[in-house]
Amino acid sequence: MIAYLGRRVIQSVLILLGVSLITFALLYLLPADPVRQIAGRSATPETVENIRRQLGLDQPFFIQYWHYLISLLSGDLGRSYIQRSEVTELIVSRLPASLLLMVGAILCELAIGLTMGLLAAVRRGTATDQTLMVASFVGVSAPQFVVGLLLLYVFAVQLGWFPIGGYGTWRHLVLPSLTMGILGAGWYARMMRSSMIDVLRQDYMRTARAKGLARGAIIFRHALPNAILPVIAMIGIDIGIFMGGIVVVESVFGWPGIGQLAWQAIQRVDIPIIMGVTLVSAFAIVLGNLLADTVAPFIDPRIKLR
Amino acid sequence: MKKFLTSTVAVSALALMLGMTSARAEHVVDPNAKPGGAITITYKDDVATLDPAIGYDWQNWSMIKTLFDGLMDYEPGTTNLRPDLAESYEIAPDGKTFTFKLRQGVKFHNGREMTADDVKYSLDRVTNPKTQSPGAGFFGSIKGHEDVTAGKAESLAGVTVIDPYTIKFELTRPDATFLHVMAINFSHVVPKEEVEKYGADFGKHPVGTGAFKFAEWTLGQRVVFERNPDYWHKGLPHLDKVTFEIGQEPIVALLRLQKGEIDVLGDVIPPAKFQEVMADPEQKARVVEGGQLHTGYITMNTTMAPFDNVKVRQAVNMAVNKDRIVQLINNRGVPANQPLPPSMPGYDKEFKGYPYDVAKAKALLAEAGHPDGFDTQLFAMNTDPNPRIAQAIQQDLAAVGIKASIQSLAQANVIAAGGDKAGAPMIWSGGMAWIADFPDPSNFYGPILSCAGAVPGGWNWSWYCNKDLDAKAAEADSIVDPAKSAERARMWSAIYGKIMEDAPWVPVFNEQRFTMKSPRMGGADNLYVDPVHIPINYDNVYVTDVQ
Repeated sequence: MIAYLGRRVIQSVLILLGVSLITFALLYLLPADPVRQIAGRSATPETVENIRRQLGLDQPFFIQYWHYLISLLSGDLGRSYIQRSEVTELIVSRLPASLLLMVGAILCELAIGLTMGLLAAVRRGTATDQTLMVASFVGVSAPQFVVGLLLLYVFAVQLGWFPIGGYGTWRHLVLPSLTMGILGAGWYARMMRSSMIDVLRQDYMRTARAKGLARGAIIFRHALPNAILPVIAMIGIDIGIFMGGIVVVESVFGWPGIGQLAWQAIQRVDIPIIMGVTLVSAFAIVLGNLLADTVAPFIDPRIKLR
Repeated sequence: MKKFLTSTVAVSALALMLGMTSARAEHVVDPNAKPGGAITITYKDDVATLDPAIGYDWQNWSMIKTLFDGLMDYEPGTTNLRPDLAESYEIAPDGKTFTFKLRQGVKFHNGREMTADDVKYSLDRVTNPKTQSPGAGFFGSIKGHEDVTAGKAESLAGVTVIDPYTIKFELTRPDATFLHVMAINFSHVVPKEEVEKYGADFGKHPVGTGAFKFAEWTLGQRVVFERNPDYWHKGLPHLDKVTFEIGQEPIVALLRLQKGEIDVLGDVIPPAKFQEVMADPEQKARVVEGGQLHTGYITMNTTMAPFDNVKVRQAVNMAVNKDRIVQLINNRGVPANQPLPPSMPGYDKEFKGYPYDVAKAKALLAEAGHPDGFDTQLFAMNTDPNPRIAQAIQQDLAAVGIKASIQSLAQANVIAAGGDKAGAPMIWSGGMAWIADFPDPSNFYGPILSCAGAVPGGWNWSWYCNKDLDAKAAEADSIVDPAKSAERARMWSAIYGKIMEDAPWVPVFNEQRFTMKSPRMGGADNLYVDPVHIPINYDNVYVTDVQ
């Protein structure tokens, strides 16, 4: 177990290093010259070179990367080129909002997805099953930008049940969580359905029925706990999908999280912020996977760590 | 020694007649304005910084103007210069020495009185390379500028504090734009102690002398300004509070405005909704339209064949159907026939420009030895509506036989191609150039049409270099006497007229600004499309529903 964990942690660190190297290289290769952007259009060539020297951008690629890594080790992600603030501060100030949205989204997707999956499995082959599966397909494939605007228009503008975007109360959280959750719900509905069907086919299910247990008891007491475990283990892996989704959903709803920060930074080619958010997201994804894999054997004894 | 003592241009003429003495005219306050109330404005992007030495985008530009003041400013809603923190100024006859008398009793938001030392400190700071200010280049005419930007000196030799309320600027050349430079955000006055206290984070903790003081900044959510009760200009500002809500998609912000939740759409009306808004009389009544100091143009690289032939460039000018392009952008602009936008001094109302005339364009191409046209490339930025505009230009060119392939690229790539002499035969400037930094005709020449701009990494993408015109431009800019500003504007009109004969550009349209506001917002329309306090002059607007 310890050896396994040690190995996985080393792997994770290597992955993060790889991500940082690739992102750094991609941003380095961008045609946009950050110094010209900082210096503005009225700057003299001397000013441009002066700023380049101060930022260390006149150094060769690997030296720049090395300096970045050294600062990174002390938690310093540099200063934003446009906002001129510490990137760490910008990200830390926005993390709580993104985490809150993530919790909301997980609750939504589990509540919707598991219910749909369970219902579809129990009513397997019926019109209910088919309708639910089509709905889950739509949920998985609908662009989040469209879903978000649609929900906003119907529930906030027309019905007035929720505020039109923004941040602050639980009512602000509902629509963005739902928008994010609908995508995940589609996946969970499908996984839950197949997992449940799998369990319902098992011999002990037949035994339970033969013993004359009520249908509800069979499904909720015996089948569900077994079927739900592999699905729950997926949440860790979900984080990757979330990180992609928050960029869109946070922008639509004016949600002050790191997705919105990333989107604005990309538009303004604010390289230190893009770099910082990418690393933090990669860290979250790697951590999520690590947790999912570590916890899996405790949830499902059939899985062994090697 | 003969000196000019002036406040506004009009007053200065009077002053000359009265023997060079004049008190400054007090600024007028709208008598209908009611004090009090709070407004909310939305923006999509986070505010980058509120440091006047750093901020250089159209979102923070007017926010900084309301927190800070400079020696000069403009009459609200106009491009007319007037003294601001300065009470008056004198210009030496050679146009190389400017002496400003400061207003007494002006206080920073921290309670300390602003003096000439602060003005000097602020200019030393903005030009110091350590500040990394995008505006350092604007102060190039001040003596000692080169030493400071090269890091050889900490202080501008040409700026002298004579007493706490008098400051003198010595320039290396007569510079008619200098008063504008003293009105630009980069020259706004900051208190040294606060800058040193916050260091690089001063932009998040701004302290100025302006009508509003900074109250709150919740990253990614909102920025709040509150009335400065000690503002030196009595009666201003009208509002108690201005809240900027950040991170709002324009389309969502429009929905909120329609529901009355917010007061002003900081960003433009979303293009997809523009026609719907303008078709509804009730909503249209809340949209204010105004000119901007902007021209969109096509550059032709005058060093590259066949654009080295003036006839070819004139033919292209006649081939482009500007009315159709204006329709493409939902009539959010007016067709242009010269480099200067209509609201810029020096704009020639009589100038007719090149007509849209396909037959004549073809004839000119034949005269230039291209009866069947030629192949070329048109570079354009890849965000809407620029690719659509490039396609319209492409079709117009095809009608006269010019086959232009479109290179639709990211902004940085297009700017890089334009700054490379062999980079781009033609560029559509949309999304990149040119909006004036200050309302003076020279700002459309120096960087984008002069020989000095035709350098690698420069903005003169047609690589047009006319030494005669450079000399004329220098001559015009040496006329610093504000009383002769009309003469100077005429000289600039002539320069741009000559440029149009050489036709290095096709001026296509001047963008109009459309600001949408709630019914409770009061104040003259031009405060909502202020050409300098872009987009809104927060100091002067008010709400009508306060008691």
